[in-house]
Formats: sequence, C-alpha cells, structure tokens
Amino acid sequence: MSFYIASSPHHHQRRTTAKLMQLVLFAMLPGFLAQLYFFGWGVVFQLSLAITVALAAESLCLIARDRAPSSGLQDNTAIVTAALLAVSIPPLAPWWVIVIGTLFSIVVVKHLFGGVGHNIFNPAMAGYVLLLISFPVQMTAWMPPTGFATNAPSFIDSLYLFLFQFTSEGFSLEQMRRIDTGSMLDAVVMATPLDHLKTQLGQGATLSEALQHPQFIGFAGAGWQWVNLGYLLGGLLLLQQRVIQWHIPVAMLGALSVCAILGSIFAPDYLPGLNIHLFSGATMFAAFFIATDPVSAATSSKGKLIYAALIGVLIYVIRSYGGYPDAVAFAVLLANLCVPVIDQYTRPVTYGHNKEAG
Amino acid sequence: MAINISANSKLWSFPGGIHPPERKAPANLKNIQRFPLPPAVFIPLRQHVGEPGELCVAQGDYVQKGQPLTIPGVDNGLPIHASTSGTITGILEHPLNHPSGLTGPTICIQPDGKDAWYPRQPIADIDTISQREVLQHLQAMGIAGLGGAGFPTARKVAGARNIDMLIINGVECEPYIVSDDRLMREHADEILAGSLLLQKLTSAKQLVIAIEDNKPEAAAAFMQAISDLQTDTNSANPVVKVVPTRYPSGGEKQLIQVLTGKQVPVRGLPADIGILMQNVATAFAVSRAINHGEPLLERVVTITGEALQQPGTAWALLGTPIEYLLQQSGFKAEEIKAENKQRVIMGGPMMGFTVTNLQIPVIKTTNCILAPSQQELAPAQAEMACIRCGACEIACPASLLPQQLQWLAKAKDYDGLKQHHLGDCIECGICAYVCPSQIPLVQYYRQAKAEIREQAIEHQKSEIARQRFEARQARLEREKEERLAKHEKAAEARKAAQEARKNAAAAGDEQDPVKAALARVKAKKALQESEGGTAKTEQKDAVAAAVARAKAKKAEREASEAPANDKKDAVAAAVARAKAKKAEREASEAPANDKKDAVAAAVARAKAKKAEREQLAKLEAEHKNDIENTQDATNHKGDDNS
Amino acid sequence: MSWFIGIMALATIALVAGLILGFAAIRFRVESDPIVEQIDNLLPQTQCGQCGYPGCRPYAEAIANGDELNKCPPGGQATIDHLADLLGREAKPLDEAHGEEAQKTVAVIRENECIGCTKCIQACPVDAILGAAKQMHTVIADECTGCDLCVEPCPVDCIDMVPVATKPERWKWQLDQIPVNVIDASKSTSAESASKAS
Repeated sequence: MSFYIASSPHHHQRRTTAKLMQLVLFAMLPGFLAQLYFFGWGVVFQLSLAITVALAAESLCLIARDRAPSSGLQDNTAIVTAALLAVSIPPLAPWWVIVIGTLFSIVVVKHLFGGVGHNIFNPAMAGYVLLLISFPVQMTAWMPPTGFATNAPSFIDSLYLFLFQFTSEGFSLEQMRRIDTGSMLDAVVMATPLDHLKTQLGQGATLSEALQHPQFIGFAGAGWQWVNLGYLLGGLLLLQQRVIQWHIPVAMLGALSVCAILGSIFAPDYLPGLNIHLFSGATMFAAFFIATDPVSAATSSKGKLIYAALIGVLIYVIRSYGGYPDAVAFAVLLANLCVPVIDQYTRPVTYGHNKEAG
Repeated sequence: MAINISANSKLWSFPGGIHPPERKAPANLKNIQRFPLPPAVFIPLRQHVGEPGELCVAQGDYVQKGQPLTIPGVDNGLPIHASTSGTITGILEHPLNHPSGLTGPTICIQPDGKDAWYPRQPIADIDTISQREVLQHLQAMGIAGLGGAGFPTARKVAGARNIDMLIINGVECEPYIVSDDRLMREHADEILAGSLLLQKLTSAKQLVIAIEDNKPEAAAAFMQAISDLQTDTNSANPVVKVVPTRYPSGGEKQLIQVLTGKQVPVRGLPADIGILMQNVATAFAVSRAINHGEPLLERVVTITGEALQQPGTAWALLGTPIEYLLQQSGFKAEEIKAENKQRVIMGGPMMGFTVTNLQIPVIKTTNCILAPSQQELAPAQAEMACIRCGACEIACPASLLPQQLQWLAKAKDYDGLKQHHLGDCIECGICAYVCPSQIPLVQYYRQAKAEIREQAIEHQKSEIARQRFEARQARLEREKEERLAKHEKAAEARKAAQEARKNAAAAGDEQDPVKAALARVKAKKALQESEGGTAKTEQKDAVAAAVARAKAKKAEREASEAPANDKKDAVAAAVARAKAKKAEREASEAPANDKKDAVAAAVARAKAKKAEREQLAKLEAEHKNDIENTQDATNHKGDDNS
Repeated sequence: MSWFIGIMALATIALVAGLILGFAAIRFRVESDPIVEQIDNLLPQTQCGQCGYPGCRPYAEAIANGDELNKCPPGGQATIDHLADLLGREAKPLDEAHGEEAQKTVAVIRENECIGCTKCIQACPVDAILGAAKQMHTVIADECTGCDLCVEPCPVDCIDMVPVATKPERWKWQLDQIPVNVIDASKSTSAESASKAS
C-alpha cells in the first residue's frame, strides 16, 4: 500500500462550476415561467432546441480542440448560454434563428476565443446581437402578451410557427399579429413596450400620449413587468445563495435608476420614467443573469461596480437616444470591451503595499 | 502611532477569509497524553533556516537527554539536542519532514529508557544578566518559533528594536489543529510566565494574548492565570484579546491587521511597525528554557482524523517517527488499501503537506498529523477551466488576484507574477478551497515561487561564474606578460653572462669550467644508477599504468564513436586495453589492490622526490666543491704564478 | 501655385517634426546596457564553449553581430526564448550540433586516482579546481558550472560529471515526481527503514 500525494489545501468547498450553473438555471425559472405564461409555448421550443444545439456544438468544438467532450459538458456552461439566448429572442421566431444564434455563441464567441473562461464577450449577448442585426424582422416580432391576444396560438400552432413559420391553418406570424392587434388598434405592428415607445416618441408623440396604449396597463407594460419581476426573484435567489455578488446588480440598476430619475426630471415629456426602465425590456434579466456572467465581467469588486454602472448608463443612453428600443445586449458587449482596462485600474492593493502600511 | 489595546478595544478586520468546518472536537476533548518512549528517534541535522551545525558526537556515543549534538556554524543557527538518553546507532540519510520526501543526514538514537538528563542550567534571575546572555541561552536551548516556519527565537528577538507590543499568538485558526488550544488550557500559567520573560527581553510596552473565540476555555485559563499573577505583581499589563473565528486570522500578518488595523509593510517585518509576535508554544518553551534550563526537546502534536481510533494531542519528543504516534493513536497502516487514497497530512487540511513515508520524524514545527478518511476530506477532483468567477479574489486575505496569478503561472510569466506580487502570497490555501473549478491554485503558486527562486539563484551563480571567468582571463593575461618580461630579462642576463664569459675567455682560462661540467655529469650518472632501481621504476610503472588505462579508455571511446566503420580502431583499442592491463599487472605485481597501488605510487613518488632532492643537494654541494677546488687551484696557480 | 504651398507645408511639418524627434532622442535618451552586456547577462555563464566560442562573452558578441541564438545547450530553450525576446528575433529550437540540453551536472574528481597533473586546473574556465602539481586536485563544487571542459584533458580519466542532487530547500514542488513509497503491508519497522535509508 502507499499513501496518496496531494497538494494543499486538502479540503475544498463542495461547490463546483457545474453546481453553480445548475443554480443559475434554477433561478431562471420564475422569469421563464412568466414568459411561458404571457408569450406562449414558443419559449419552450426555443429553449429545447437551443440546449440541444449548444450541447452538440460544445462537444464538436471540444473534439476539434482535442479535449475530452465530457470534461466540457459537465460544467453546464453551454446549457446556461443556450438558455440565456433562448429566453432573449422572440418566442415564435423561426427555428433557424435560434440555431444560428446558438452556434455563433458557442463556436465563435466561446470556443474560437479559447473556450470556457477565455471569451471576451458574453456569448449569449453576442449571439443575440448577431441575430438582431442579421434578422431584424424576425428578431422584433414579439407576440403581444397573451392577456391581449384574442386568439393566442395554441401549442400546435406555436410548434408550426416555430418550425414552418405558418400556423396549421396557414396564417403567417405577421398575419396573426395583424388579426390580434387589429381588433384594438389599427396597423400597430410593434410588440414590446419599449419598441412601441421608441416609435411613438420618434414620431413626435409625447410620453403621456405614447403611454395611452393599452399595452401599458400596470406599471411597466403588461406581461413584461411580470417577466421582470420573475427574473428579479430569481436574481435575489442567486444573491441569497451567494452565486453572484451584490456589486453588479446593485451598480447596474443604481446607475440606470439615477439616469432615469434625472431624465424624468429634465425631460418628463420625452423620456420614460424609472418604472419603465427598471421593469420593462430585459433590465432585470440583464442585471442578474447577463451582466453577472463572471467570464466577461470585471474581476475585482471595485471593477465590478464600474463595469455594471457602465452597463446601466449605456442601457439608458441607447434606449433614450440610440436606434434600438432595448439596449441590454449592446451595452453589455460595450462594457465587455472595457473590462481589461477596468481590471487594470482597479487592482486591489496587496497586503503591505499601501503607503500607510509603513 | 502608539497603539493601545485593552480587552474591550476595537478590533479591525482583514479582507477575505473563510469559515471552513473546524472539526476540532474529537482531539481537543482529552488532556495532552504522554506516550511511552519510541523505539528510536531520528533527529535531522538541519531543522532550521541556514546550514546545519557541526556534529559533536559520533556513532556509538552515549548521549543524555538534552545533550547538544551539533555546534552551530558561522551563520548563528541553532544546535540540535538529544531528545532522550540513549546510544547513537548511526548518522545516516533518513527521510526528512519535508513535502519533497527527500532524505537528509539524521542522527538516529536508540533510547535506553532511562530518560537521564544532561546537566540543566536554568537562569535564576534574568535581571542579573544582560539581554545578550539571555538570548545566547535561548539559542543554546534551541528555541525556535513553534507556530510557523521555525525561525530561531533569539534571532527574532535580537533583530527587533523599539517594540511597542508583544503579541502572543494563540489563535490557531486552521481546522483540526488543537495543540495550542490544549497547551493553553493546561499550561496557561507557564505560557504567561514565558510571555512575560519575552516582554522583558523585548522591552515591549504591551503584552497581548490573542485567542480565537472558538476557544473560550483557553481564554478563561489565561484570565485566571493573569488574575493569579496580579496578586503578587501589578506591574504587568497583559491583555487577553478574543478575536472572531475566521481562517486565516492566525497568520502573523492577518492577526496584526485584526488587532491593530495596521499592515506589515511589504518586505518588512512586524518589528518595523513596533510589533513582535510569538506563538504560545514558543512562549512556553522560553519559560521552560529560562526557568528550568530545558532545551526544546518535545512539543504538543495533534494527532487526528477519522482514520484514527483515538484522536487527541500528545507530547512528542522531537525525532519521534510519526508512525509511532499514529500507531499509539490507533492508526492501522496495514489495513489501508491503495484505493482508499489514504493521506497522512503533516499540518492541517489547509496548509499541510502529504507524506509518503511514516518514518519521518517530528520536528519543531510539527503541530499536527492528520489522517483523514476519504469521506471526511474528499481528495481533489479533476481541475476544470477557470470561469473567472472571482471567488478566489474575494476570499484572498492578502488582496492578491489569485486568478490572474494562476493565468500567469500557467504561462510561466515570472516577471508578470512578480508584478502581481506573487511573493506576498501566504499560501493559506483559501483560493483553492473556494475555487468552483477545483484548480489547485496554491500548487501553481508554489511551483512558480520555486522557479523564481531557482532563477534568482542561477542568475547569481552565473554572475559569480562570469566574474571568476573574467578574473581568470585577466590573470592569464597578466601571467603571459610577466612571462614575457621574465624572458626578456633572462635573455638580457644571458647576454651579460656571455659577455662576461667572453671577457673571461679573453682572460685565458677556459679549461676549468669544462672540467667541472664533466665531473658534474659523471656524478649524476653514478647517482642515478645507485638509486633508480627501486623507487623510480615503481612510480614510473604506476604512472605508465594510469596513462595506459586512460589511453585505452580514450581509444575505446573513439572506437565506440565510430562503430561499424573502423575495425582497426577496435583492434587498436583492444591492443591498448591489453597493454594497459599488462602494464597494470606489472605495476601491481605483488598487491592487486588499486588503493594499495595508489599508496605505493604515492610512497614511491615521495621517495623519488626525496631522492631527487638529496641528489640535487649533493650535486649542488659537489658543484660548490668543484668551484671551490678550481678556485683553490687557480689561487694556487696564482700563488704559483706569483 | 497651390501645389507649391502644399509641398512647402509638408516640408515645414516634416522639418518641425524632425527637430522635435531629434531633440527628444537626445533629451530623453534611455541609458541602457550595451546590447552585448544584455545578451551576456542572459547566457548561463558556464563558459563551456559548446557554442564554438571561447566563453559566454565571445558568444554574446557573436550574437550581437548576427550569429544564431540557438547554440547554447546549457541555457536550453529558456535562454533561447529570452534572447529571442530581447533581440526581437525568432526563437528556434536548440541546434543539436552543439549538444543537447542536459541535466545540470557538477565535476567530481576521483581523488585517489588523481596524479596531480594540473591539466584540469588549466582547463577550468572559472578556476573551480583546486590543487598543485603532483598534489591531489579537487573541485569546488559550488563554483563548478558543469561545463565538461576538464574531463577531456585528464590523462587518467578520473573526473566524473555527476548530476546535481536536489536539496529540499531548492526543491520545486514537483509532487508528481515524488517516488511513491510502497509500504509492505506485513510490517515496516523503524530499524528496517533505517537500514534502507543508509
């Protein structure tokens, strides 16, 4: 017999990357369920296909890179990326959209940059941006929340739309939307509240006029407010479980809030208020699930604060003055670019190195 | 600047830290045990920083308990002592108490069971003698820091000036280890006595005893000891400070930060900010050394882990093989199977190292021997990719960037590592403990540190080599010039001599020098004949044999270098070999031994040398005679002439 | 006319920029070691001559004059990489013609065979061999660079190149290289191990 040789420490916290990722997936549940409730079955199809594609792509990439596929699949990071992307895109977008997006996320953004831990950009957001600028029509075709829809697509119709872009009766998504919304307002071809606001304000309407739309029942747009609350709940769970630190969500939401409050003080007619900014679009999702991606975020605590605040400000600026209604993906990618600089200038002072020590 | 700590004063905090499961319970419940004497003790010559001292005992000597075995060398190290009385059975290479598992020179003592003491010399009153003498006494008693790296206490005290505060460290933050805890509970008075002695030695204004709040019994014992003390003297002001439990608050730097809020400057010592820290066990040893004259011969060792049937603490003689301690604590080495991945850890679960050989001895810094079961401390899983989660950075007590260091270490970017202050890593193991990807970060750092150290040594060595090379070149150059100058001089001298001779020749007498030369030659020949027979030939033979051997080897090498091609070479080599053999045989006619040969050759050389010298002397004498004779003759002639 | 103004403008800008650059080159010049010094600093200073030059400095001079970087077996790949870094040249693998990167060694004289010829003393580039004519010689192990140069001249072949033993204080934490100590399950007494150790 012989004794086993190991390096210290001999004791480890039993919390592996795989477990952390499982927790993240679990914490996504409330928001996911809200999406399922308000936007129908599409999100389920998106998620299933995205995870399948992600796992296949991950394995192939690992094999191509001469690594054991099992080692990479065990850490669940590919599943998380797929899930983040799947809930970001319109539920009834055609299947090939999510396939392209996932492939791009896993193959290009993750593995071409060196695999887990080496990607500069958040894979899900990079995939989302690719889809958004390549397929703007499909990527903005959000269904209205079910509460509004007179004839929400059934499970079968959703599957047909997802696979063939036509319902079993032969209606396209566009036709369905016209039918849906046409019953309430003529020729409104927009889906998300932020999109609607952007268009209305762009056409010269004031904020109060734009908010007249029946979409804005509640405090931040029907459906969307509940989805955001769902992700907020999941995020608090992650905080409580210490999967993420408070720095990023607090700094990002804080910066966004400050901007929104300032905006509504100085231009109450043209800039949406705090409630819209915090609880519409992908704000909560970004604060707890996207910006907190450890790989592409800054490392030190101070760096995280700066990084997240930057995202908050960028979201506000792009939403208010940019060309896109929601800006989470662009803001996150731009902040990702700044991470090396932030890291460089926020290095903590090592013990004994501060001037006061002497 | 002046820091003042009272029992209720504010505590500071250090960044990071963790709360691993403490698991101190089974071992700290029993009193410190005393096992019977081990069958053998192994005392390594080198236990501390610096070179080992000079041996002053030999194999077969009988030594008494506490007898010094080495005399410290020039670097002012510590002597080592026999930890019990007995016979030195050998001074041999024995596995060291070191993670590498390498061996080192070790004195092996077989105890005679009497435990008979060497004469002890306690110091009755340290006020009557100088601080230097007390420190010398501590050094002679082999007192070293028992908490960390085993730095000689006397040197630490001597190097510290203007000390405001002496901190006695009873924090013992690492899981499982309870040696200091038990010692404090049972010997608080003795520790206090030692602490007061140290305070006197350092003239520290304040004495603080720091204990983690998971050891209330130890704190209570100190309170009791202090209140007992203050009934007779009111001059001392020791403060017992209870600090919150958090790993690694027992680290010197971290504890200073917790108590004072100050940081020890980089590359500095605590003494630079007026602080000196000693472990409780060191204070205990100081008291034993001064008040009882006992060298540091034993220490408290925690022997724990689920693989043991009776975990606990024990007084272990320095040099006791850990196998003995484990056996006494119910460790069944023969039942362990390879698939159990059984580890025996020297030290605690966070900073200890695994050992491969149970024969390694207990040394001054051995505070714990841990034999965990696999369920208790699961072996590390396979390393996964870093996801930059930053958990290590949040937990790092030194505010380093463990993750960055890890990338740099993997890339072997040693300059980058230095820029990121790798040297300030205290190897506490927290980063690897919290890492969700199970990256053995500390292992990477250690290897990188060793590599950086190695590079520094190599660079220094190459610097010396360069200097020596340049010095040699300069010397060769100088010698060449000197030689040239000498030749010139000699040539001039020759010229002058020739001139003189010419003059002499002109004077007319040339027969006599020729005669003298002839006589010299004759004398030489005669001498050679008379002496050459014995010694000279023998020596010549030996040399010839050696040369032939070398030639044969060379030939062989050449032959092997060009294998297929040249049979001739091989033949030549064979012939040379044969010749060499023959020569050797001839050289060693009677005694066949190499050594004898060498001795004979040396003797022959010596003889030959002597003979030569004698011969030379004789020749010289003769020559002188000749000259005198000729001079006489000329004189006579002159006389005649006149 | 406009083309003339253009040329004049460009020329003026060039002149001003040139003056500034020239001034900066003189005013802010960084004093650095001559390149030969820097190269010599990176070489291992074994003075072994395996590169074909009589010592490290001559090789450093040769490198500065354009010789290949990969002729130093004692320095190995690490030295080649450092040199390539310093000089901005391509790092090539070690030139096998000059020898292979080997473990560090130190020369040891088998002292009872030494005949005291002083040939090794003359060969040693760093004066690390001690002795006199017809006296036994010995190597100062700490100063020996392991260059091998003393082995050839020895007429009685009594010099061995011995690998440098690792000491605990210079051990590099190669846990995977610790010999696994297989303990005989039947019994292992301390006496046995003592005999094993000796």
